[in-house]
Parts: sequence; C-alpha cells; structure tokens
Amino acid sequence: MEVGQMQRRWVDYTKSLFLEGILDGQFLQLQQLQDESNPDFVVEVVSLFFEDSEKLLNDLTRALEQPSVDFKRVDAHVHQFKGSSSSIGAQRVKNACIAFRNFCEEQNTDGCVRCVQQVKQEYYLVKNKLETLFAMEQQIVAAGGSIPILELSF
Amino acid sequence: MVTASATASASASSSAAPILMGWDGDEKPHVLAVDDSFVDRRVIEKLLTNSACKVTTAENAQGALELLGLADGQQNFGNTVSKVNLIITDYSMPGMTGYELLKKIKESPTGKEIPVVIVSSEHIPTRIEKCLEEGAKEFLLKPLRQSDVNQLRSHLMKLGNPSDEGMVCMGR
Repeated sequence: MEVGQMQRRWVDYTKSLFLEGILDGQFLQLQQLQDESNPDFVVEVVSLFFEDSEKLLNDLTRALEQPSVDFKRVDAHVHQFKGSSSSIGAQRVKNACIAFRNFCEEQNTDGCVRCVQQVKQEYYLVKNKLETLFAMEQQIVAAGGSIPILELSF
Repeated sequence: MVTASATASASASSSAAPILMGWDGDEKPHVLAVDDSFVDRRVIEKLLTNSACKVTTAENAQGALELLGLADGQQNFGNTVSKVNLIITDYSMPGMTGYELLKKIKESPTGKEIPVVIVSSEHIPTRIEKCLEEGAKEFLLKPLRQSDVNQLRSHLMKLGNPSDEGMVCMGR
C-alpha cells in the first residue's frame, strides 16, 4: 500500500471514530498539542490513560465484590474514570461513567454491577480502536509519510 | 454533522494556536499545576508550555505546599521552587481538596499574593461561589483547552497590574 492510500485510510478511520461518538472534540485538542518537540504526545497521554484505566477497573470490580459495598468509594473511582476519559476525549466511556454515578447515588448494587460491564465494554472498544489508529500511524511514518492534519467541524 | 478534510502537510495553524505574549519582557511566567490525574497533569503541562509558561507539577495539595515552602512544620526547603506566578489546581483531590489548598495559600503572607485558579470537571455553582469567595481568581471547567489557557495567561498579564482588581468566571 502506498503512503497516500495509507493516509486516506487513516483519515477515514479517524472520521468514523468521531461519527460513531467513540471520540469527541477533546481528542482533537490532544492531537493539536502534538508537535515536533512532542511528536508522541497523543500516544504518551493515551498510554497513561490505558494504565490508569486498567487499575481503576480492577479497583471498581473488587469494590463491588465486597459483602458490604462502599458506594462512596465506588463513586470516587467512577468520578476519576469519568475525568480521565473525558480528558482524552473517550466520549462513550465518559457517558457510561455518568450513568454509573447515578446508580452509585441510589446505592443500587445490581445497577452498579451492570454499569461496570458497560464501562468495561466501552473502554475496551476505545482501546482497541485507538491501538488500531496508532498502528496505522506507525505504518505511515515507517513508509516515510506524515500523519495528516484533520480539520473537523461539528 | 461531521465533515472532514485533511492535508498531509506537517505544519498546522489552528484557531486555538498558543499566543506568545511577553511577560516582564524576558521571563516566562512560572505556573504550578496541581492535579492527582497523570493524564490531566501531562495535558495541562503541555497547554501551559505552549502558552510560553514555565511549569512545575504536583500530584497533590501536600506536595504543592511543600514546593511553595508552606507545608505545616516544613523543615526541609531544599525542594522549594523559585517564584510562582500562578497556581492552577484541580478541585477534587484525595487528602486535601483544591479548595482547602486555596485557603492555605491565601492564609500565608507569601502565598496570598499568588493568583490561584481552580479547575473542576463538575459545574456546581455553590462550589464556584465558595472558591471565588475564598479568593480564587478564576474557576475553569475541565477538560481544559488551549484557548482556556491562553485566556488565562492574558488575564495574568492584567492581574499583574495593581490597578486592576478583577475576578473572572469562565462558564461554558
């Protein structure tokens, strides 16, 4: 595949992530922060997010397995997750966290357990999509091309 | 409705490009950014360096106080940072909140002159009010954008003027 084709694939793929609501404008902000002095900024920040998230999901799952659930603690974890997903533009994860917090407030264990599943699903989806995107970027760069600059209007 | 166009050039100019403004003619303003989230610290650091600021980060309020030399019973001042022109702190942090940090800073003779900005992912009017009442210069909503930081920097310039006593709240 030649570079122009790879770049077009990248554009289409990125566009689809926004259209499907998986990513929002905040991700664009991150891309705009990337420059020659920080060429791997997006990958770096997203990797931090992945690390953080794996821990948070484990903590959440464990907290909900306790015989007596500490909803304040669960809510604190979800709040953090909502914050970090919002910071990288992972819109669907963020929305799942917002719904989750309602169940925490109601102290509804079943609701919370369902929400963890939902949040996990959305998280693994965005993780998968972003890893695919980064792999495409590596291919483009390896072939001597540059990552296109997107101008998106919502 | 999303429309996309792409160019394969390496240089980009966007409407949110950082504004490079002079500060005292030569020195960059030194900003202390406090946030317990790795991701947010990294992002705010970049937003600030893009706006020609020098940045020090802390992951909690206690760490911030130590860097400022304001921690209770602090003996070791080896790690304290040079003149801080602005403090940006997250509101929700484990241990001491940004609000409590704000109070501690405003209580100290050296700290109280430093403008403090509170950042939060939650838009809660009573929270905003109490922070502003306690002396916060601004209250910003997360996630922060380059335009937020640029505007902040230009307010810093105005706040540096003793004749301007203004408080600004940025809503969304």
